[in-house]
Amino acid sequence: MSQTQATFGTGIAQCRSDFPALDQDVNGHRLVYLDSAASAQQPAAVIDAVARYQRNDHANVHRGVHTLSHRATELYEGARDKLCAFINASNRAEIVLTSGTTEAVNLVAQSFCRPTLSAGDQILITGLEHHSNIVPWQLVCEQTGAELIVADIDDDGDVNLEHLFALMSERVKLLGIGHVSNALGTINPLADIIAQARQHGIAVLVDGAQGVPHMNIDVQALGCDFYAFSGHKMFGPTGTGVLWGREALLEEMPPYQGGGDMILEVSFDNTVFNELPYKFEAGTPNIAGVIGLGTAVDYLLSVGMDSIYEHEKTLHAYLASQLASVDGVRLIGTAKHQASVQSFMLNDIHPHDLGTILDHQGVAIRTGHHCAMPVMKRFGLPGTARASLGLYNNSDDVDHLVAALEKARQIFA
Amino acid sequence: MNDTLQKDELRELYREVILDHARKPRNFGRLDDATHTAEGINPLCGDKLRLYLIVDAEQTVVSVGFEGSGCAISMASASLLTETVTRLSVEDADACFRTVTQRLTQANDGASATQETDLSRLRALDGVREYPSRVKCATLAWHALHAALKQSDSKATTE
Repeated sequence: MSQTQATFGTGIAQCRSDFPALDQDVNGHRLVYLDSAASAQQPAAVIDAVARYQRNDHANVHRGVHTLSHRATELYEGARDKLCAFINASNRAEIVLTSGTTEAVNLVAQSFCRPTLSAGDQILITGLEHHSNIVPWQLVCEQTGAELIVADIDDDGDVNLEHLFALMSERVKLLGIGHVSNALGTINPLADIIAQARQHGIAVLVDGAQGVPHMNIDVQALGCDFYAFSGHKMFGPTGTGVLWGREALLEEMPPYQGGGDMILEVSFDNTVFNELPYKFEAGTPNIAGVIGLGTAVDYLLSVGMDSIYEHEKTLHAYLASQLASVDGVRLIGTAKHQASVQSFMLNDIHPHDLGTILDHQGVAIRTGHHCAMPVMKRFGLPGTARASLGLYNNSDDVDHLVAALEKARQIFA
Repeated sequence: MNDTLQKDELRELYREVILDHARKPRNFGRLDDATHTAEGINPLCGDKLRLYLIVDAEQTVVSVGFEGSGCAISMASASLLTETVTRLSVEDADACFRTVTQRLTQANDGASATQETDLSRLRALDGVREYPSRVKCATLAWHALHAALKQSDSKATTE
């Protein structure tokens, strides 16, 4: 992949030009993309890797003896190796490729929880969670008679740790917790939380969809049991994602779906499942997307996760202070540790109206409940406006956002 | 700079009439003796409103109210709806639903519901046509109207 390496930016300020989609006008204004928490743009290296595979190397994986099938398999499995190293998993068997975080969480709910939970057991989550870290647990609770319990959050958007720890007991079989809140940007103190959960023998799934794009992830150091994330939040293609799980746990879990590729031998009487991670990868996977995701890992490593973290931290501080200085702006989410995601309200202007007015000026933000309706309810809001920053954003983007808010104030004066 | 143009297009969407109705929605509030009611929800936006109608023995809509929350477009549209369909026959009121939804999703003005129905005040919503992502905000209350009118004449169900 040396030819893609050469196109990578050498420093964070140059990274912007690696992303072709950012170089365009929208509604007559330079595009200011502040919606990376919903889906990040892809660097040319990723787009090219996918196209190169589609043009030259496409075939089904793990099946053929022919050259293209071999090439496709090498590229696909190569991406798994990159992902394994990227999050410091101990073993490539622990990297289950999924369609995204949502599928990864559902897999754990159905294959880890469903066979083992019964009435009286509990699943613990927090009031910060994205719907994809709520609904799969609700479903498995309905199926097993287990109970879903929820730890409160405070007015800043931090999890109330006292409450969370008080809810932990031997009855709780699993804690599902986001690494970073997509709605409020809160970075949860996972080390403390996981250590407490351990004392009660609680398995921990971390929804890392919003963590992976922003910081170095070491699943072994975190000490959790499952870590789920999505490709498209980390500058890779949509329809890709990873469930990392401890090998011993994954071994015990039954398959999530049946089909091709997840079996060793099938007869009408009996089926022998394939080894890890293939046991959980039924059917032809998103080969092109996963290859693109592998390239996204190359890209992130070439920029450096620590540089990304520092850049975004500085930029988020600037964003928060600039927004706070706008008359009528109220920041929603002021946690002690925050990723580069900032929700806010401007006077009583509905976030949707704000979104339309900003879009008119080329500024793309997310508006609404951010698939976290319980968070919105907690703050008594129908939704918020949310600006989220990626490694390619800069202070000029923040200035454009702040200037664009002025127009909204004029219209709704 | 096309700033003026930009601003004008936005003003076309956020006309004074729209802003006025959004700030001071008419007929806002629950009607306890409603004969028909329906809820309209835009799950993606979080717009949520409930429409209340009182239909008399002659099948005339004698009173309309609504409550809920949402963006300026959805609130203004609901407010305009209450003014438009009050004192219409059930048939004409339901025809308004079709006219308005057609008008907002198609390029032309659409055929008038009936000769008698004055829909001129709804021209304020025409700017929405240029914003496909906002059409569902503008039509929400009208869908609720249609759903409410489809019910039987018996006492309205709530929830």
